[in-house]
Amino acid sequence: MGSHQPRGLTRREFIGGAVAAAAFAACRTERGIPGELLGPNHALGHKLREGKFDLPSSTERVPVVIVGGGAAGLSAGWKLLRSGFGDFVVLDLEARAGGNAAWDENAVSRYPWGAHYLPVPGPHARAVRELLRELKVITGEAKGRPVYDESVLCHAPEERLFLHGRWQDGLYPRLGASAADLAERDRFHAAMSSFRRRVGRDGRPAFVIPMEHSSRDPELLALDALSMSAWLDKNGYRSPGLRWYVEYACRDDFGGTLAEVSAWAGIHYFAARGEGADDEMLVWPEGNGFLVGRLAETLGRRLRTGALAFDVRHDADGVRVDYYDAGTGTTKRLLAKRAVVCAPRFAARRIVEPLREKKPTSSAFSYSPWAVANLTVSDPPAGLGAAPAWDNVIYGGEGLGYVDATHQSFAQNRRESVWTYYRPLTGDPEGRRRAAYETSLADWREQCLADLERALPGLRRRVTRLDAWVWGHGMVLPKPGFIWGSERREAALPLGPIHFAHSDLSGYSIFEEANDRGVRAAEAVLAALGKPHRSSL
Amino acid sequence: MTIALYASVFLVATCGLIYELVAGALASYLLGDTVLQFSTVIGAYLFAMGVGSWLSRFVGKGLTARFVQVEILVGVVGGFSSTVLFLAFAHAASFRVLLYLIVFIVGALVGLEIPLMMRILKDRLDFKDLVSQVLTMDYIGALFASVLFPLLLVPRLGLLNTALLFGLLNIGVAAATLHLFRDSIHERAGLRASCAAAAVALVLGLAFSGRIASKAEGDMYADEVIFSKSSAYQRIVLTRWKDDWRLFLNGNLQFSTMDEYRYHEALVHPALSAHVAPRRALILGGGDGLAAREVLRDKRVETLTLVDLDPMMTRLFTTHAELSKLNGGSLRDPRITVINADAYRWLEKNETPFDVVIVDFPDPSNYAVGKLYTTAFYRLLRRRLAPGGLIAVQSTSPLFARTTFWTVVATMEAAGFDARPYHAYVPSFGEWGYVIGATAPYRVPSKFPPGLRYLTPEIARGMFDFPADMARVPCEANRLDTQVLVQHYEREWARINHGG
Repeated sequence: MGSHQPRGLTRREFIGGAVAAAAFAACRTERGIPGELLGPNHALGHKLREGKFDLPSSTERVPVVIVGGGAAGLSAGWKLLRSGFGDFVVLDLEARAGGNAAWDENAVSRYPWGAHYLPVPGPHARAVRELLRELKVITGEAKGRPVYDESVLCHAPEERLFLHGRWQDGLYPRLGASAADLAERDRFHAAMSSFRRRVGRDGRPAFVIPMEHSSRDPELLALDALSMSAWLDKNGYRSPGLRWYVEYACRDDFGGTLAEVSAWAGIHYFAARGEGADDEMLVWPEGNGFLVGRLAETLGRRLRTGALAFDVRHDADGVRVDYYDAGTGTTKRLLAKRAVVCAPRFAARRIVEPLREKKPTSSAFSYSPWAVANLTVSDPPAGLGAAPAWDNVIYGGEGLGYVDATHQSFAQNRRESVWTYYRPLTGDPEGRRRAAYETSLADWREQCLADLERALPGLRRRVTRLDAWVWGHGMVLPKPGFIWGSERREAALPLGPIHFAHSDLSGYSIFEEANDRGVRAAEAVLAALGKPHRSSL
Repeated sequence: MTIALYASVFLVATCGLIYELVAGALASYLLGDTVLQFSTVIGAYLFAMGVGSWLSRFVGKGLTARFVQVEILVGVVGGFSSTVLFLAFAHAASFRVLLYLIVFIVGALVGLEIPLMMRILKDRLDFKDLVSQVLTMDYIGALFASVLFPLLLVPRLGLLNTALLFGLLNIGVAAATLHLFRDSIHERAGLRASCAAAAVALVLGLAFSGRIASKAEGDMYADEVIFSKSSAYQRIVLTRWKDDWRLFLNGNLQFSTMDEYRYHEALVHPALSAHVAPRRALILGGGDGLAAREVLRDKRVETLTLVDLDPMMTRLFTTHAELSKLNGGSLRDPRITVINADAYRWLEKNETPFDVVIVDFPDPSNYAVGKLYTTAFYRLLRRRLAPGGLIAVQSTSPLFARTTFWTVVATMEAAGFDARPYHAYVPSFGEWGYVIGATAPYRVPSKFPPGLRYLTPEIARGMFDFPADMARVPCEANRLDTQVLVQHYEREWARINHGG
């Protein structure tokens, strides 16, 4: 397995030389592919770091303010509305709310810029199931299990992997695997199955989404002290194929390598999700942009975009929120009884006064940067071997491969697709983040195309547009000790009338956790205001 | 001199392997069963090289001139090998004989090359250097060819041009040898002329290979091709032999006028005639207008909507004098509305109800078409039916693709239809299957419109019986997230097509 990558390179170099020598294919001109380098609203973010804002030009009273319109903030608003409480506003700095589930569209398709799928939620993710019923993604129930709208379940074939010069079905590298490799894979899956069934000494299931429902059995929490690579070593997992596969999962869900991610998180990835028919994914062309888009719709005018909250603090009888309104270029003040800060921790520490005063020098909250590219491809190449799938991964690739936004389409003879290329920038987050901000569009384009062309030679000639997006703080990284450590737990506690909700308070960045945190905070606010409600937790 | 030696051994080796790969690839394309074709072609070729090497001992005087002749011959035979094979394929009886004959000739000639070359050079170099250098370049050439062939030559040049181009390189080696050894060759003038003639022939071959390929396509079909054009969606080919017109889409037979009435009568009337008042009918697919002809036979039908993806198909069968005769001018009928759209997307948007829907899609041979055979699609179709509505679905052969057929039945059942499978014999297709999906109790019609050539109430009743060799097999419904149907279809038809 280890020899795969270098061999691929030599071969390409050799062919490159051969092409020049034979003076063939001189027609291959490198025409420029149009595109743009995008990212979260840097202009407003920068304004926040500068900290120069006018005094408020208006003051408004509203009982509840939600700061941040990502999955957590929108879910908090959704829960308030569903409980019959509509007296709140949601502030989001982007022109279109949605946080990590950002999306866009062009003439070919909608496409994601971030989170792009939702695994079928398990029984503990009650609020997510309620939301899906409301959105008619869950259409009914049969034998006590939800029935999903078939067209939203990821259509077959779901995933394929490129290795040894061809595509195979599924993500475990089967081609060229030895009997020993396969035995190790089976042993690993058996171990994950037993974790899936395991119940801690406190009577709770070992690994659950949302993580708050998981067991606190010290024996299980001890796994959080270990890195995933240490756990694999300890349990004798040496097969390079298996380790690649597990690392792929960690990079995909956490943006970290085996060494960077805690064993509790790594095992949670496999053990907290269903098996067989319960291991399905809900996908939309715009990814989770569908979910945040529908949530934003239900909030209507309560959602204020282009609104940068820069100061949240206790006030005599509640919370005072000052925000910069990019639309009018003025500062506005909201006086509320309660606030829910649904920003990632690193941003909360800049805008929430009590946190800002503490000014801790270092934090257990660490974020992996990500680069994402969207490619418009005409006459999309299929490559050798297994048919194109929704998720197309390259063994040993720098990125995670590409996801086809048009996969769910019913159109026959599709001539154009939009592919989303994901790449977690693993390694020292600070250094990678700085480097990522300094990387030019041309360099991202070259890196993305070079990575994909390992499997699809000549792809660049079919790419009509390539945009790239850099997430400086893409995902909170569940480093060893973080998920069950004290800093994360304490960060989730309210500071007087100021509540907090964000997936990073769960230790890893997925929609279900963001939703859980948002709903949890909304219910706490409702309780504090004395509003009756039915719990979704 | 050393450079020239390296270059010519390298070129000769590259060309030699290219011809072998061209023959192997062409045989796999045309005959299928890649492993068999490649193994036998490579085996025959290597054996022939051995024969060539052995024959080299009989070459005595005028070594260099013989070498030049061999090069010219390799260039011509190898260069034209793929063109000849491609053109000969339509006459399949002799194809394999010709294939191995060409492989053998090229192999034997290539087998002569290296021994002759070594003998020519034996006085100019130390024996150990000679062997080492010649064989090294020989093997490097082989590597070069085997990498270049799949990655660059086949995708960029195609098989015809690749062989022709390497033929020219062989001629180049011949010309270079003539030049370098001009003092030791007597019959120079004749050899120069042959070189030039061969080069001209190969260049002409390159210039006309496009036309040759389309001539070869004509020969792929048994009858005269009277129309062939690529639309945005497919390659449409019409052939005609006396009264037999045949339509091929992407090389797959869609109908033969000798028996298409069987297929279309069986597709349409068991559902249409069973409906008490089929005022609004819909056909999905069927751009040839033949199913429409059958639907319009029923005078109770007031409006017929036909949704087909390909405007070129519907235009052709609307305007072409001969072709619109086949469908009785159905596509110009005042009752019909022709829409060119993707069936699923059109159905999603269009909410008007229909009494009868005829579903005549291509077989589920890939994941895109497979989506039109899923529970999701049939559920959507069911929502578009008026109370008491019926659908009829063409569903491949219950004999050749038994699991595929019964999977369609299971899928329609899972979508809530009362599924009634039946079958008819269509000589040019074989035993063919259909499924009626009913929303009210279904009864086989006791009366059909006048003018049918195949269907009668008695025949129709018999169609719903399945003999043991086509009887139901247990299978799960085809869903978007599993697409089991495409996998069944691939497996079952691969078995039929390869006779294994």
